[in-house]
Amino acid sequence: MQLTGAQIVCESLLQEGVDTIFGIPGGAILPLYQTLPEYPGLKHILVRHEQGAAHAADGYSRVTGKPGICWATSGPGATNLVTGIATAAMDSVPMVVITGQVKRSAIGSDAFQETDITGITLHITKHNYLVLDAADVATTIKEAFHLATTGRPGPVLVDIPKDVQEELTEFEYPSEVKIEGYNPTNEGSAVMVRRAAKLINEAKRPVILSGHGVILSGAYGELISLAEKAQTPVIATLLGISSFPEDHFLYAGWPGMHGMAYSSLAIDESDLLIAIGMRFDDRITGDTSKFAPNAKVIHMDIDPSEIGKNINVDVPIVGDAKHILRQLIPLIEETSRVDWINRVETLKSEHPLIGVNDTDKLIPQFVINELYKATNGDAIVVTGVGQHQMWAAQYYKFNEPRTLVSSGGSGAMGFEVPAAMGAQLGRPDKTVWSICGDGGFQMTMCELATLAENKIPVKLAIINNGVLGMVHQWQESFYNKSYVATEYSANPDFVKLAEAFGLLGVRVSEKSEVAAGIAKAMDFDGPALIDFVVEEQENVYPFIPSGMSVADMIEGSQREKIRQ
Amino acid sequence: MILNTNQSHRIVTALVKDKPGVLARISGMFRRRGFNIKSLVVGQCELPNKSRMTFVVEGNDKTVEQVTNHLYKLVEVIKVNDISDQNLVERELALIRVKTNSQTRSEIMQIVDIFRAHIVDVANDATIVEVTGNELKVNSLQKLLEPFGILEVMRTGTIATSRGLQK
Ligand SMILES: Cc1ncc(C[n+]2csc(CCOP(=O)(O)OP(=O)(O)O)c2C)c(N)n1
Ligand SMILES: [Mg+2]
Repeated sequence: MQLTGAQIVCESLLQEGVDTIFGIPGGAILPLYQTLPEYPGLKHILVRHEQGAAHAADGYSRVTGKPGICWATSGPGATNLVTGIATAAMDSVPMVVITGQVKRSAIGSDAFQETDITGITLHITKHNYLVLDAADVATTIKEAFHLATTGRPGPVLVDIPKDVQEELTEFEYPSEVKIEGYNPTNEGSAVMVRRAAKLINEAKRPVILSGHGVILSGAYGELISLAEKAQTPVIATLLGISSFPEDHFLYAGWPGMHGMAYSSLAIDESDLLIAIGMRFDDRITGDTSKFAPNAKVIHMDIDPSEIGKNINVDVPIVGDAKHILRQLIPLIEETSRVDWINRVETLKSEHPLIGVNDTDKLIPQFVINELYKATNGDAIVVTGVGQHQMWAAQYYKFNEPRTLVSSGGSGAMGFEVPAAMGAQLGRPDKTVWSICGDGGFQMTMCELATLAENKIPVKLAIINNGVLGMVHQWQESFYNKSYVATEYSANPDFVKLAEAFGLLGVRVSEKSEVAAGIAKAMDFDGPALIDFVVEEQENVYPFIPSGMSVADMIEGSQREKIRQ
Repeated sequence: MILNTNQSHRIVTALVKDKPGVLARISGMFRRRGFNIKSLVVGQCELPNKSRMTFVVEGNDKTVEQVTNHLYKLVEVIKVNDISDQNLVERELALIRVKTNSQTRSEIMQIVDIFRAHIVDVANDATIVEVTGNELKVNSLQKLLEPFGILEVMRTGTIATSRGLQK
């Protein structure tokens, strides 16, 4: 059967089980757009900015586990995707990104809207392709999906010149892919697994560090089995939150710069770190020479280049978390580490977070806690980047996998609105709350139009502190309260703005109004926005300043002292 | 036999797909990760549509392990070998264009002989010397020719292969 390159793209996407694509048309991708009506199985969401398309595809993927799809035209369309692609790459999110390119004969001539997008995205994609022959489109798409979703997942970009989209060729979708030299290891080395089991069985104070890899591999059940059999507390990374139920008695929070004090302290006292699908990011380790000083380290990761990259490892195990845990669990002896578990419980009770009712003022922590109560912990929570992100991660309790969606590695402000849109389209059965910074919200708020137009019922909570709060906090702590360019002297009226876009808008400025405001937004049949006008001067605690260690941690209990 | 005795430099070879952009991916990865690469050579090899590369990497075992792992992460890299500790042959080729006159010509020829190098072009005022050997040998010859006035040095960078049936 002869099809055009554009038709082949659509056929291939359907073969891969794609149902939703985020994008904006333009000259170089028009042939693809003009064939879309022939493929009603492909639902296209017309976003307002390509960054939104990429973040939406990312959010869709993080909640479904399926690869997210976005596309854009050449030149500015493609470059607008860049932040979203980099964000997905840093957080190992599978995405397939398609860009239109100028026609083959024009490549290299600085033609109108020509940008070398494969060059630009060289180091922010897992791999990318420029397709120069329509006959290669099907295999390329097949490879792109294979690469995006296997091994350590990530975004793959396929750049297709306009005339390749128009060219006719024979279509047959390859039933399998083989990429020479690309064979991700899933099964862990038996020798290493045995060594790991020995260390675990001998450990007195082990902790599990559960990262995004556990979620990506779907190893939730295995993680619970390991934790219970080895009676080992589970500490999550920011992206590992929701990999283990927070209401489980072995859950011990998340550590690091703004993590729970007790999690960081437990790591500090531990004699064995069992790291699963995480990468010892500097936000977790701080000064690596002082990190977990008494602990041996077992590091399981599917990406060999992560092992030994940031800290020294005693037992490296390359492979998929689910596979490795299945190999490991039978070798673990049932134990009861009562003393250690009690010790962690003591740390929890001695180092709590700031109480949500410590003050009568409306503080963000109170808002998040009310959101948690109002949703029975059953919502998907998407965040921006900054203080509100840390509070969302601290105060909402995540029990079900894939319920926290947050830009970790990249820390991309502006993620919150589009990623929530993608998450809602991926999980229409769930309530999706986007917890927004007033700064980040304004970076991509144009997508409110997309929410309203497509009746995507995302609920947005702006934590409106009138400042670029996280940076403001650093200025307070490290730059002698010299608040350069972090205080907004005027923010828009977010309620009117919501209404102008066709959303319900609610303003909440007092503690007493919070529950009713949330209820109003939840009862509304459609997208709704709450402008929570909160205390400006609230800081995130605990706080381990960058490059320091747990000994330098500032806890919430010390906050008043610091203010003075 | 020339063995690699320099501890701070290691030799890594890679089999890669011969596709456009492979070199940019690899050199970009080295730059981005801050690896110090002394030389990087690509050429066709015994397999169709594949190239072999030789990298001279500055650093210790840990660096080389990271280099190897990050090379493997690139989809177009098929096989990576750290051959530094193997019994290997290491070669570089250089063309050195050196100022010459009737007084210096014979002295230059003597030096070239000692190094088992060749003179590949002779003009009134300049000579082109071709030398192959490991990096140290090329360095030494270059140094000895310096007093005559070097006009240009072109070096290929090191290529290497292990001896015998080693893979
Ligand atoms: C795109 C982008 N630009 C700049 C930053 C640096 N930055 C990190 S947090 C932050 C403040 C975020 O402000 P807001 O969205 O209001 O959240 P808040 O911290 O006040 O909760 C900034 C500017 C960033 N992370 N991302
Ligand atoms: Mg703010």
